[in-house]
Parts: sequence; C-alpha cells; structure tokens
Amino acid sequence: MADVVDVAGQAGRFAVKVFQRARYIDMDKCIACGTCAEKCPRKVPDEYNSGLAKRKAAYVKFPQAVPLKYVIDKDHCIYFEKGKCRACEKFCPTNAVNFDEQDRELSLEVGSIVLALGSEHYNPETYDIYGYAASPNVVTGMEFERILSSGGPFEGHLVRPSDHQEPRRIAWIQCVGSRDPHHCGNGYCSSVCCMYAIKEAALAKEHAGPDLDAAIFFMDMRTPGKEFEKYYNRARDEKGVRFIRSRPHKVEPLPDSGNLMVHFTTAEGRVLQEEFDLVVLSIGLQTSPETVALAGRLDIELNSDRFAHTSPFRPVQTSRPGIFVCGAFQAPKDIPVSVMEASAAAAECGELLAAVRGSRVKQVVEPTERDISAEDPRIGVFVCNCGTNIGGVVAVPEVAAYARALPHVAFVEENLFTCSQDTQDKMKEMIREHNLNRIVVAACSPRTHEALFQQTIKEAGLNKYLFEMANIRNQDSWVHQSMPEAATQKAKDLVRMAVAKVGLQQPLAEFQLGVSKSALVVGGGIAGMEAALSLATRGYPATLLEKGSALGGHGLELHAAWDGQPVAPYLNDLIGRVQNHRDIEVLLNAEVEEVQGFVGNFRTTVQAGGKTREVAHGVAIIAVGGRSLEPEEYGRGQSDRIFVNLELDRAISRQDPLVAGARCAAFIQCVGSREPQRPYCSRVCCSHSIENALRLKALNPEMDVFILYRDIRTFGSRENLYRQARAQGVVFIQFSLESKPVVAVTDGGKLQITVQDPVLQHPLVIAPDILTLASAVVSHDTDPLAKQFKVPINAEGFFLEAHMKLRPVDFATDGVFVAGLAHYPKPIEECIAQAKAAASRAATVLARDSIMAGGVVALIHKELCCGCQACLQCCPFGAISYLEQESRCEVNQALCKGCGTCAATCPSEAISLLGFSHLQLYTQIDEALSA
Amino acid sequence: MIDKTTVSPKDAIGSVMVVGGGIAGVQAALDLADSGYFVHLVEKTSAIGGAMSALDKTFPTDDCAM
Repeated sequence: MADVVDVAGQAGRFAVKVFQRARYIDMDKCIACGTCAEKCPRKVPDEYNSGLAKRKAAYVKFPQAVPLKYVIDKDHCIYFEKGKCRACEKFCPTNAVNFDEQDRELSLEVGSIVLALGSEHYNPETYDIYGYAASPNVVTGMEFERILSSGGPFEGHLVRPSDHQEPRRIAWIQCVGSRDPHHCGNGYCSSVCCMYAIKEAALAKEHAGPDLDAAIFFMDMRTPGKEFEKYYNRARDEKGVRFIRSRPHKVEPLPDSGNLMVHFTTAEGRVLQEEFDLVVLSIGLQTSPETVALAGRLDIELNSDRFAHTSPFRPVQTSRPGIFVCGAFQAPKDIPVSVMEASAAAAECGELLAAVRGSRVKQVVEPTERDISAEDPRIGVFVCNCGTNIGGVVAVPEVAAYARALPHVAFVEENLFTCSQDTQDKMKEMIREHNLNRIVVAACSPRTHEALFQQTIKEAGLNKYLFEMANIRNQDSWVHQSMPEAATQKAKDLVRMAVAKVGLQQPLAEFQLGVSKSALVVGGGIAGMEAALSLATRGYPATLLEKGSALGGHGLELHAAWDGQPVAPYLNDLIGRVQNHRDIEVLLNAEVEEVQGFVGNFRTTVQAGGKTREVAHGVAIIAVGGRSLEPEEYGRGQSDRIFVNLELDRAISRQDPLVAGARCAAFIQCVGSREPQRPYCSRVCCSHSIENALRLKALNPEMDVFILYRDIRTFGSRENLYRQARAQGVVFIQFSLESKPVVAVTDGGKLQITVQDPVLQHPLVIAPDILTLASAVVSHDTDPLAKQFKVPINAEGFFLEAHMKLRPVDFATDGVFVAGLAHYPKPIEECIAQAKAAASRAATVLARDSIMAGGVVALIHKELCCGCQACLQCCPFGAISYLEQESRCEVNQALCKGCGTCAATCPSEAISLLGFSHLQLYTQIDEALSA
Repeated sequence: MIDKTTVSPKDAIGSVMVVGGGIAGVQAALDLADSGYFVHLVEKTSAIGGAMSALDKTFPTDDCAM
C-alpha cells in the first residue's frame, strides 16, 4: 500500500521517499477470519475479478493473498464517507480494526533500485469498434480469465455475463490495443495475447466440451516461446480451435439474443460475418500513466513505445545508473522472461553492491533443542474453531474431549484461532508447563500453516518435525456443512489418526554441508561469459570451459542486435573483461568428462587442452549455446546466390557484388522451424530477415525485396521494424506449411521461386538475384552433458528447466542452472538477461556458508534393498545412486527433496521417507479404519 | 560492470528497494534477500502477486497460476 514519491542520490546510495497509505487494520492482530468483510454493509466492484463480481469495503484482495490480512478501502468505506458504521470494528474478534491509523511517509536508504512496475491492460473503450461498452457479452481477455477461474465470479462455470447462459460459440479477437498505432497509439506487439487467447480457447473447450465453437481471429499467430508452438498445434489439430486469419472491423451487438455479429475480412479479401454468443477481446499491455509519471520523477528514459529504455547489451539497466528494470515495464512480455529479467536485475544489484553484501541483513539466532529421546510421548492437541469456519459446523468441545481420552495425549486446548499470535505464545507456554514433546494442531491445511506452528514449537525447544496437523476445516467443516454430526465424527477420526502418527514420530536431524564458493560455467559464448563475469564481479571465482579454441561462441557470427547496434564492439569488450578478470579462469579446448557431488560440493573432471584435471565448485551453469541449421531444401547448395541470414549479414557488410548488384532479393522464413520434425519457432528469424531486408533497402532503395513467411513474429517493439519494412515497400507474402514455396535453380544459375499468392489465389513467380533462407536455431548434441549433470533435455535437445514459468533458469537438480541458446533460441538481450539470471540464482547458493540438508528425506535400509533400481528411475532429483559393489541403492540426502516417490515405488519397502514411515502411514490407516 | 559512480563501492548501502510486487518484483526481491541484501519491497496494492494472481492457468503447461 505504498508508492515511491521521490528518489535522490546516485548508484550505491539513494535516498528514497515512500508514501504508505493506512490499511486501518493492524497486521499483527488480523487473523484473516473474514468477519469484517462479512459484517461490512458496503459492496464495491471487485477489481481482482475485473469488476465482474463485488467485494466489500473491508476486504482481502483474494483468498490466497500475501499477506493474508484484510484492508479497509477508505474510498468506499461508509465510516469515512458518513462518519458512522464501524461494524467491522465492533465485530472483529481480535480488535485489529484501527480507524485512527494514519498515512505515513517513510525515508529509505538503499544502494540500488529495481523497477518491476508491470503494465496495465488496454481499455477497449478507447476506440470501441468491438462493442465492449455496448454489450456485456464482449469481455476482455483478463475478464475471461476470471470467468474461467474457480475462484472467479461464476465459480469456474463458463457462462456469459448477460444471462449466465453457457455460450456455444466464442470468438477471440487479437491485437486489440496492439499493432495499431493509428487508433490507440500502441504500434508494438504485446507479445502475450496470442498465447493467452489459445490457452483460453483450449480451456474453454475443456470447460464446455468439444462441441463448443472456439474461433480465434488473428493477423499473425505469434507463439515464439519454448513449447508454445506445440500448444498451438495441439489446440488447432487436437482440440479443434478454429484459427481465422483476418482483421475483424466490427462487432455488432444483436438485439434480443445478446449475441454478437463479428464482421471480418479474410486474407483472400472476402468480407464475411459470423454470429457468436460471447466475444473475447485479446487486449494488449501498455505502460500506465502513473508509471509514466513515476519514470519522470525518477528521471528514467522511456522509449517511443513508453517502456523503459534499455540497450540489448544491458537489458535491465535503465538510463539512470543504479536503477534497474524488469518485467513488463521493460517491454511487453510473458512470465518466464519477466522472471529471468527479475533475477538479472538482482544480479546487477549484486554486482553494484558486491562490497557491502551482508551489511544490512539480520542474523537469526537458532533456539536450542530439547533432548526427548528418553521421554514417552506426551502429546499436546490444539483444536481450532477458526472463528465459525470450523466451530460453526463441527462440535469442537466434543472433539477436544475426545482427544483428551486418546493414548499419550497429555494436554488439550480449544482455540478460537490457533494461528493467532497470542495462541503461539500460549502454545509455547503450555509445551513448557506440561512438558509436551509432540504437538497436533487440528485446524486447517499444513500447506498454509505448518511452517508457522513448526516455528512455534521450535522456539519452545522442540524438534520441528514432532508435529502433525489434522485438517478439520478444508477436509471436513467446509465440505460437510450440512452434516454437522458426521463432520464432528470425522474430525475425531482425523484427530485420532494424527495423534497415532505423531506418537511414532522421532526428531529428524538436519545437517549442515559446506559450500565451495565458486562456479563452473560450461560454454564460452555470450551467455557463459556474462554469467561468469557477473559471478566474478560479485567475488565468486568462476572456471569457464569453452570447447573451441577461442571465446565468443555463436556471438562471433552475429552482426547486430535487433535495434541495429553492432555486436562486435560489445563482444570484444566482453571477451577482454573475461580474460582479464583475476577471478575467472578460462579453459579453452575443454570439455566435461565426469561430474560428481551435489549442490555446494561438485567435483567435476575436466579435459582441457589434452590435460585432465578436477574442478571443485559449488554451482554449475550450462551455457553451451546452439547453432544455425544448415538447410537441406529450397535449392541450398545449388547456387552461391542462396544464403542463410548469417551469411547475408557478412555479405551486406562487405558489399559483396552479388548483393550490391542485386535488383531483386527474396527471403524464405521458417526454414527448418515449425516443421513436423522440429515443431518449434526459432524466435529470432523474422526480425533477422526484416533487419536484413531494411539493410538491403538502405543499400539500394530500388531493390525489390520479398519476404515469404508463415506468420511474422516481430514481438514487442520489433513490430516497428515490420511496419517500417512495409512502409519501405518490402513485399510480404504469406504461405502455409502445406503449400511451401518451390525454388528452382536454372542451368544458367538463375533463381526462380514459385509461391501461391493468398490474395490473388494464384501461383506467383519471383526471380530474385539473391535468396536468403531464415534457417532454424538448433541445439548442439546436449545428451552427454545432460547425463553428466543429471538434468533433462526436451525432444529437440534444449535443456529443460525446473519450471517453465517460475524457474526458467533453474533445474530440478539444485545448484545447476541454464542460460542462453542451450535453453531455447533467443535474441542477444534475452541471452544476456538469462545469463545474469543464472548468475543471480547461482549467487543465492554461493552466498550461503552452509546448506541445510536432511529433515524429511528418504532413507534406504540396505539390508532390505534388492538392487532393482526402480527408485533410481523414478527419482526426479537424481538423488539416488546405485552402488555397483554392494548391488544396493543409496540416497544422497543433500539432493533428496522428500517427495516420497521412491518410498512408494520400492517393491520391498526398503525405503523410508523420514516423517512418513510405512509404520506411521499404516498406523494412520488402521486408525482410520477402526472408526 | 559497475557504472561510473561517485559513491565508492565500500560506502554503498547494502539494501535494495524493489518497486512492484508482481511476479518480477517478487523474484528480484527473493534473489536479493537470498544473496545477502536487505530488501524493501514497495507494492501499491494490499497484497503482492500482481497480474499473474488474476490469471486462471498459465500457458503452455496449464498450471494453476495461483
């Protein structure tokens, strides 16, 4: 609830003024029971649900909000309007409401600043040809997200707003507020709308069944991200989503039915109309006026599209030193790239502030643990009412009385809210007073509250694993509201099961492992060098392996970044800084031979220049790059007039006579990409061809230039290049995978391309002097390295990150990270951002003096193990190894995440998941069945 | 690379302000806090999560956004 007012100072030392608005609810007292919202009489449109539902003036933004604390909306509160009401204050059980709270201004001292200001959604009322204001059944993509959501206004039932009927026909209209400089001023591509429209269409089909007609009206389908093209193909071929290449010019609300008539012109120029029950506008992203104003106050330069100005070689550096940017304020973008940039911005801060790392952080003192090994179980049970959430259905006093009679139970208490701060203090007191050594909380979900209670019992001197929750809310009172007696019985069952399980629980040990504070970076291209340099700048030494005889990698082949800035000066400077850094050791002609160890403690055998040596390192970054595919079609190899884009870069630079003398040039896109054997988009080729088309036009404005394409994918501000090329007379001809152009090389060495013109519906023959093939970016042979580091690759040989959205540079295997083309084809600025992101993630490991391992981990009882290795196959973290000499398997507890898959798989029950032993689980089941 | 600055590295302040509590701001804040910096996370609304928290599922894995 705060805004930045002003920033003074400079990189390393900024003085910031922040204005924090009053919440009117004491965060320490609020237990998120919801009583204030229940009693609040004022209803307000709910921004979170895009205005499709109502909230109260006392509210929580959404049920999973962090912090899960209510807030009073001053602008709509009746007390602030009329001077009376205060119902929330009267009913709040913890006296958390405080109408006297004041707004305040804070002064902060910081070394650097990260701007993650995000974007706003385009408002389609600005230029309303699609009937957004006129019809409730024309919704935005964001509104449709809420309609689909089970937490949304219709609880996940796909109905339209006007009459709550299930739609049978839904249309999506792309590029609303994007790629349209004339009507909304947003000339750029918003980069995310194609993906969310396909997703929404596919999910709508899941909700409503295959008979739902889902049609997407688009100009170019832009799915240039990892696994994106496959999703698009599945939506079209398997789910039957219709894709209609056109630009609708009008959506007309029909009287009576509430339906919508979509008027559109097809690519062939036919004017058609189709009726739909619901229309979704795929609105774009834009920088809000508030953000523009803040950028002005901070003296941050914006580009012509009103995003933060950055250079491709410093993708997260704003125009003001010490202030960095990430996410949709840098350029419109999706979640994975936002997350990468966020980590990259953190890396930049870490580089700037390397000398003062740790100077402002607080050290936590760990409480000492009581030894309970000689004690019989003395179990304390805390039964929660959760306001009326549980107590309104389950007879809590009855459950408490029942618990008192269970074996080993030494103390039972009922609480109104077990999670409140005063109950934590009480719980600690009771543990000491009654000498309790195991605790059961019968309340809500361990997912949200286990960590809190574990911390409490830890502070009372107990091992935090001597704890169990019985979920008598989510699994009981919430789902059996109409059956209070049965719910009470079920609560007793759940408590009995939890007590039986915790009685068998032993303290679990966590142990510390040291960390080698250095990195191994595999690959000496742009990504590898940037990652190594970032870490070395922060004081973490790096060993950089390059398999070739020089640094530079694929970067050596590149002419310019997408905005025209030359690569060579940047790359030479980078190579120089890497070679001269005292904390970077460069090993050329080097390869990995064997990897041993785990996060913090890797030992890798490296072969470099014919010598073998061992490198000890705490983390590893895989940045082995990729390469340009050598095409095997379109006459490649039959004529020296057929280039790939990297060759054309050089030919233009040296004014090759073939190029300088050409009167007609052609490009063919998607050569090797988006084909059945390689079903992904190479992301960079559309921009690359258009950049080169513009360079050819600059060389000779009279030259005829043709680009034969399937979809032009100039995402973000690259769209401006596309518009510029069209304005300069570059001719774009669309073709489909089914009717690819045919290239003939005549005996005289002349080129002839035949392509079906979609507008004329007739074959078109082009006789270019030069032809350029936009060839795919492909992976190297990554399989051996993947096996050595125990990390996965996808079907195309690109390394597969831990999570497509939220962990784009991490692997499931701790301490190993990925960056650059080894992850997926991408332009320079994304390679650099990802490299810095990998360095940032690596630094979170290297910053630690030790790594805690143990706790809930798997343990193999070797005397029971038959060596079948079923566990080894199923472990997602590579934590299990097979000991050849003993014919047994073993768990590396430093790598184990405690998922329990191995314990469930083992046919001999030789594996125990500590804290969830077979005995504990069988006992729990016995107790469940004894009811 | 460190930009030209009149503040010497040793006189710098070891804390960082992250403005915006969406997915990018949260990730930046976590990385910084996990690598030895005190973070002030400034968010204009009453909860963090930003635009992502209003999404139903995410492309291309259909994972729940929440």
